[in-house]
Amino acid sequence: MRVTIRLFARLRELAGAGELTREVPPEATVAAVWEHLVREFPEMAAYRPSISCAVNAEYARFKTAVSDGDEVAFLPPVSGG
Amino acid sequence: MLSPTAITDRVLDVQAVVQAVAGPGHGAVTTFLGLVRDHNQGRRVTHLVYEAYEPLALKALDRIVAEATEHWPSVRLAIHHRTGRLEIGEASVAIAAASAHRADAFAASRYAIERIKQIVPIWKHEYFEGGATWVEGATADPDDQEARAHARKLACA
Repeated sequence: MRVTIRLFARLRELAGAGELTREVPPEATVAAVWEHLVREFPEMAAYRPSISCAVNAEYARFKTAVSDGDEVAFLPPVSGG
Repeated sequence: MLSPTAITDRVLDVQAVVQAVAGPGHGAVTTFLGLVRDHNQGRRVTHLVYEAYEPLALKALDRIVAEATEHWPSVRLAIHHRTGRLEIGEASVAIAAASAHRADAFAASRYAIERIKQIVPIWKHEYFEGGATWVEGATADPDDQEARAHARKLACA
């Protein structure tokens, strides 16, 4: 199935794009999408303990299941304000 | 722009957040502006660029308004956050909190800025003399009750 991956700030720079479309196995979780991404961009691996994730613009957990066509976002530590 | 919450690339207008919380029963309104400062951690900052995951950032601002209303039921809160390039002295965030009495307005305003720094998916790219760096603050987790309690404690200090 296909998912859209959204990346921000330093993660966006590491990938060279803020939005990627990737093919992932059916019944994948957010964690599986992240592992897919890290295989492509190994420098991102160190971010795992500090990032948050979202599915379709709602905060999610790494164990959250992903469906075909979903938008999965990985969020480095935030610094608004 | 009378919406209580907004993410915008336009210059923030403090009157817009004040008008968004207006009500005849209010005896107090506090305003807070977060500004771009010319120094950070010993570096001379030249400007900032803010990036947001807009749909989720807006939902997170709405969530902060709902949380504040749980804590201080008489408060009306508005939060506008800017994105894009900001020069020194410009406002990155504008908050207005209105209530019948001043104590709740001050508390809700402080709560809002603390929660923004915890859970709103916005990032600061700091440009300084000699380079640039992404500022990385809190790992965003809106369900972290400890973080929420900490923000409330600061608000009521």
